[in-house]
Amino acid sequence: MMQQQEIIKKINQLLIEEIEIDESQLSPTAELKKDLGIDSLDFVDLFVIIENNFGFKMKSEEMADVKTLQDFYNYIYKRIQTN
Amino acid sequence: MNRVVITGMGIYSVLGKNLSEVQDSLMKGRSGIIFDPLRKAIGFRSALTGTLDRPVLKGILDRRMRVGLPVQGEYAYVATMEALKNAFIDEAFLDKINVGILYGNDSSAVPVVESVDILRQKKDTMMIGSGYIFQSMNSTVSMNLSVIFKLKGINFTISGACASASHALGIGYLLIRQGLQDVIICGGAQEINPESTASFDALNAFSIRESEPTKASRPFDRNRDGLVPSGGAATIILESLDSALRRGATIFGEMIGYGFSSNGEHISLPNVDGPARAMEMALKDAGMKPSEIEYINAHATSTPAGDSNEAMSISQVFGESKPLVSSTKSMTGHEMWMGGASEIIYSCLMMNNSFVAPTINLENPDEISARLNHVFSLTYNDLHVFLSNSFGFGGTNSSLIIRKFDG
Repeated sequence: MMQQQEIIKKINQLLIEEIEIDESQLSPTAELKKDLGIDSLDFVDLFVIIENNFGFKMKSEEMADVKTLQDFYNYIYKRIQTN
Repeated sequence: MNRVVITGMGIYSVLGKNLSEVQDSLMKGRSGIIFDPLRKAIGFRSALTGTLDRPVLKGILDRRMRVGLPVQGEYAYVATMEALKNAFIDEAFLDKINVGILYGNDSSAVPVVESVDILRQKKDTMMIGSGYIFQSMNSTVSMNLSVIFKLKGINFTISGACASASHALGIGYLLIRQGLQDVIICGGAQEINPESTASFDALNAFSIRESEPTKASRPFDRNRDGLVPSGGAATIILESLDSALRRGATIFGEMIGYGFSSNGEHISLPNVDGPARAMEMALKDAGMKPSEIEYINAHATSTPAGDSNEAMSISQVFGESKPLVSSTKSMTGHEMWMGGASEIIYSCLMMNNSFVAPTINLENPDEISARLNHVFSLTYNDLHVFLSNSFGFGGTNSSLIIRKFDG
């Protein structure tokens, strides 16, 4: 199973390469919408990116509490562990 | 009534990626047609096609702007950038003036095929992603460019088969003439890929002169055997004369006539009467006699029936005045949804640089086509006014008349 640091590295790499977010913006406290500019259409693409890279489907109801990048790391980590 | 002028032109075609390259190709009679082995391998009757590199827009447009843009939208973006540049229209102008967009486009096959392929494989629409919907609609070009350029005026796509772009220019001309808009980005885009032309190939309409790709498109020639599909994008900035003069814009030509008609007959076979009525209507709109037209950029796609019928139409309308006639499709192939705009650009390049491009590969006109005054080789001629024809499936016809701006 992937370790938390590996997951963070992988998520950051995907956000940089696939969503084209500048690396300097990727701080754990950054808010996905407000600071990283990830809008509703980008979330549609994130769904595909996460499924293709981590093998599970994000659920929108579980994403309601995901505000910051750290929340997002935690969510992905939790889903990987429970899968 | 406002006078309507052309103040910007941009092109991304199989003859070149900008106006200068295209003019060079037109003067040299260069063909943009190749044999595409992939088409043969997947079962095409004809593997002939126009060919074009895909523009690299990473680093130029941000991700969100690129994700929804299909390949013909990329061509259209590059053509529009060139047109806006030579129209001296910048972001500040677009912010201040209600500029519109009317683009011709009548398919976007690849994103439709790819998104349905994903659904069939993954069995979950959520795996399709966010871009395909914006890529796959017919209005994809006007939709995307209006966002990219932050346009605030009229905004829609015109789908009129192979006359799409010509009708887009015609409607843009009418809106500006009526005083409803001052500036409209008009044009046409055409994707190049097997997915968009497979069902057309099924109609036996394409040339199978595969041993000589550059000689395959031969409008009016008695040995023609069909058209060659092609593509790209062409953008023309239409503007009211008052606005153009106020800005000190360069004027590439004045649009003075638009004629349109429908054949009301067969879905694919062209006739003589419909195109003739479109040309007569354009002449009437321009207030011109047939003898005043110096050059006709014919629709002539290199199909046996289409070229003969157009030759009959031109003979019927122009009689003994015999304007020069050529078909630039001999070089480009059939640019379909884009052709009505690109052929205005090709003809404006001729008018502004005192030459007439020939119908390459026209060696022996057939009996009916021989009635026309063909341009067999590069001719130096001071054109002042030309007419451009575009016809499409369903019998839709469009004729536009442009003259040199004389103050």
